Amino acid sequence: MEKSLDPRIARLNIQRNEEGTPPIGKHEYGVSYEVFVQSKRGKQHVHAGTVHASDPSMALIFAKEQFGRRQHCVNMWVVATTEIFSFQYADSDMFETVPEKIHREPGGYKVRDKIDAYRKKIAQQKTDKS
Amino acid sequence: MNKEAAKELMLKMADDALIYGHRLSEWTGIGPILEEDIAFSSISQDKVGHAWQLYQLLEVDFGTPNPDQMGFERKENEYKCSRLNEFYTRDYAFALIRHFFMDHAEFIRYSLLRASSYEALAQLAKKVRGEIKYHVLHADTWIKKLGTATEESHSRMQAALNEAFPYALGIFEPGPFEQELIDSGIFIGEEQLRAEWLDEIRPLIEESGLQLPSTTNAEMGGRSGYHSDDLAPLLEEMSEVVRSDPEASW
Repeated sequence: MEKSLDPRIARLNIQRNEEGTPPIGKHEYGVSYEVFVQSKRGKQHVHAGTVHASDPSMALIFAKEQFGRRQHCVNMWVVATTEIFSFQYADSDMFETVPEKIHREPGGYKVRDKIDAYRKKIAQQKTDKS
Repeated sequence: MNKEAAKELMLKMADDALIYGHRLSEWTGIGPILEEDIAFSSISQDKVGHAWQLYQLLEVDFGTPNPDQMGFERKENEYKCSRLNEFYTRDYAFALIRHFFMDHAEFIRYSLLRASSYEALAQLAKKVRGEIKYHVLHADTWIKKLGTATEESHSRMQAALNEAFPYALGIFEPGPFEQELIDSGIFIGEEQLRAEWLDEIRPLIEESGLQLPSTTNAEMGGRSGYHSDDLAPLLEEMSEVVRSDPEASW
C-alpha cells in the first residue's frame, strides 16, 4: 500500500482491506433531523436545514455548529424529518387564489388610510398646543 | 498582583489551548461523519482562538513575544502544555476521552477565573466560557452515546479512558507559584481545581457505563517543559509553513 502524503493518515498505518469497504447499511449513519433556528427570544424558530444524527441529542450538538456558527441565535429545535407532514407538490394548485375574491385579502380593507388620517390629526393637535 | 505567578498560569493555559487545538484540527477532513467533522473542527478553531487571546494578553501585560512567535517559534521545552494534549490521537475513542477530560477541566478553570483579581484575565474568562460550555456538551453527548452503545464502542472507550486518565491527572500538575496565585486571588490553585473536576466527571463517567480507574498516579512533567516524544514532531509539523518563510506577513 502506498504511504499517504498526509502525515495524519500515514501515522494511522491503516491496512487496506482486501475484501473492500463493507457496504453501508440503511440508517447506519443516523437519520435526518430538521433544524430550526431562533434568532431572538420570542421570535419564531425558522427552518435552517438538515443534519444527520443517531438521536436527538446528537442532532442538537451537530445543529449548533452547522447552523448556529455563522448567525446569531439564542435557541434551536431539531425534529426528526419523519415527524414532518406535508402536502404533495401535485396539489399545489389548491394554494392558488381566484382573483375575483379581493374582499378576502387584507389589501381589500382601507384601514391604512384611516390610521394615517388619525396620526396626522394627533400630530396637528400637538403642533397647535406648542 | 504577583506578575510571575500570573504569567506562569496564563502561559500553561495558552500552550494547552494551542496544542490541544492543533490535535483536534488533525481530524479535519477525516472525522467519522460530515456533521461531526465540522463540529470538531470548529471546536479546534475555538481553542486556537483562546490560545491567541492568552498569548496576546501575555504580550500586552508581560512583554512576551507576539502570539505567532509564541505559538510557532519556541523550543520544545519552553512549551508548558500538559502531556495529555501532546499525544497524537490513536483513534476517535482517545480523541473523545481527551476532549471530555480536558474540556471539563477547562470549563471549571475558566468559570473560576471569572472571579480572578487579575481583571483582564477575568474578562477573558467571561468571554470564552460560553464556547467551552458547548465543548463540554459535545464531549458529554459522545461519551454517553459510545459508552453505552455496543460492546465494541464501550470497550474502546474504556481502554482509551484507562490510558488517558493518569495524563488527565497531569493537567493539574502544581506550578511553582500555587500559593502566590491563591494568596493574591488570581486563581484558586490546581489542587482545588482537580478536586472540583473529579466531582464533576465521576457521575458522568458512571452514567456512561464506564469506570474511572482507581489510580491516583499523575503523569506530570509537561508544565515544567518535560514532554513526551510526540510533542517535537507536532511542533515541527505545526510550524512547517511559518518556518518556510519566517519574514512573510500573513
